[in-house]
Amino acid sequence: MKKNQLISRRHAIITGLASLSGLLLPGCSKKLPPTYGNILRMGDVLTYVAHRTLLPGQSMVREYEYKDISSFPAIGTTNPADPAKWFFNEDYGRLRSGAFADWALSIEGRVARPRSYSLADLQRFPPRTQITRHTCEEGWTAIGQWTGVPLSRVLNSAGILPSARFVNFYTYDGRMDSIDMFDAFHPQTILAYGMNGRDLPVPHGAPLRLRVETQIGYKSLKFLKRIVVTDEFLDVGNRPRGWAWYTGI
Amino acid sequence: MISHQTLNPKNSRHKRWVKSTHWIITLSFLALAYSGFFILMVHPRLYWGEAGNSLTPALFELPISRNYHHGGWENKSPFFDDAGSPVSMSRNFAMFNKNSWARSLHFLAAWFLVLTGALYLLAGILTGHFRNHLWPRVSEFRLRLFWRDLINHLRMRIPSATYGPQYGLLQKCTYSVVIFVLLPVTILTGFTMSPAITAAYPFLLKIFFGAQSARTIHFFASALLLLFLLVHVVMVIKSGFKKQIRAMTIGK
Repeated sequence: MKKNQLISRRHAIITGLASLSGLLLPGCSKKLPPTYGNILRMGDVLTYVAHRTLLPGQSMVREYEYKDISSFPAIGTTNPADPAKWFFNEDYGRLRSGAFADWALSIEGRVARPRSYSLADLQRFPPRTQITRHTCEEGWTAIGQWTGVPLSRVLNSAGILPSARFVNFYTYDGRMDSIDMFDAFHPQTILAYGMNGRDLPVPHGAPLRLRVETQIGYKSLKFLKRIVVTDEFLDVGNRPRGWAWYTGI
Repeated sequence: MISHQTLNPKNSRHKRWVKSTHWIITLSFLALAYSGFFILMVHPRLYWGEAGNSLTPALFELPISRNYHHGGWENKSPFFDDAGSPVSMSRNFAMFNKNSWARSLHFLAAWFLVLTGALYLLAGILTGHFRNHLWPRVSEFRLRLFWRDLINHLRMRIPSATYGPQYGLLQKCTYSVVIFVLLPVTILTGFTMSPAITAAYPFLLKIFFGAQSARTIHFFASALLLLFLLVHVVMVIKSGFKKQIRAMTIGK
């Protein structure tokens, strides 16, 4: 005697697969980061697509009071001018000894007016100051005040082309990473030149660092050098030691 | 005989959807516990509130990796001029850090747990499984009975297995706490550590008192789930391991 079940296993599997593919479909029409056939990367892409599909658009992260500012560890590269380290960069040392007067951020790729912005150029944009929480993948958090120019202003001033999909960042400590347009145009995604009311200190990425407040700390690259806007996901191979590209979680 | 057993709720067996979700969730949980332990090893310090790091005081620290009680910080510089100013320091040593794969594995397993868990909850409500088998009845929930059941378990007087969901009072209470409290709390505190999710749903930071508090609660809830797993396995062994495993798999 077979009991009349409300949900059979077959039903559950079919419904589950259907809703999963429904989740993935809007992502498939766009460009997604490659998975290299790696199941962990597939999970990362699922999280990325789910966040972009299910989370309401452009919510602001929590901003804190001045008194909430906490101590802030400087990790990763803390000085690209250190000749003892693998990431040693001679140019950075020279720029630093000139108080970054000769430093400039070049913006190229899919923009109508590629050009370089000096620190003074960037500081002429209307600034944005925000006190936010930095969430490190290691597990710690720190609250700091960041002053800079919203990335969206700089991209608009360079005339970003409608086909553009990713913003790629290159740094003086030899790193490269990218974010999609959703995060690039988030109002709290800024190019920061000030920290806690002073010039950005060297261990925290002087003279200019990225702040992507909706993702984990390692997306907020320090020591910025060059920005390249692309239509395609710039595949630099499986990311060093397998770190996820999207880290909104 | 079979029809008689199906008709008689006393002898009803585990439903197939209960068995499959049970094992998918078990495997997800094991992957989550394994990767979670690796994640914890990278920063084995726990805090309360929104901010917490190596330069701020911890609630406690676990001796589970070479990152425990490390002192590799230099170039101390205060951000402000007053005496109690927060500081910046630079790390000068190589961390133990396997988070590249541990984080991705953790979130992949979490997808299986959350999606299967959602199906399980839906099925549990719609089929009456929760009402009929899992939630203690008002009439049976007496402190005296609960106490007696607890003492019996502590003395290892465990009733032998049935083939289905005929649970004792303590068993019902434990399963209910795991399903309706501990697992939801670990999932929600997990969400609370995500910058994108808390931007969309800032109430999460309020109900768990901040991102670091959420991390600490996540840790304790996971530790309780591991404790549950341990006791659960002991009870399965004590009540007839072979019979229980059969009842939860092929079902004969």
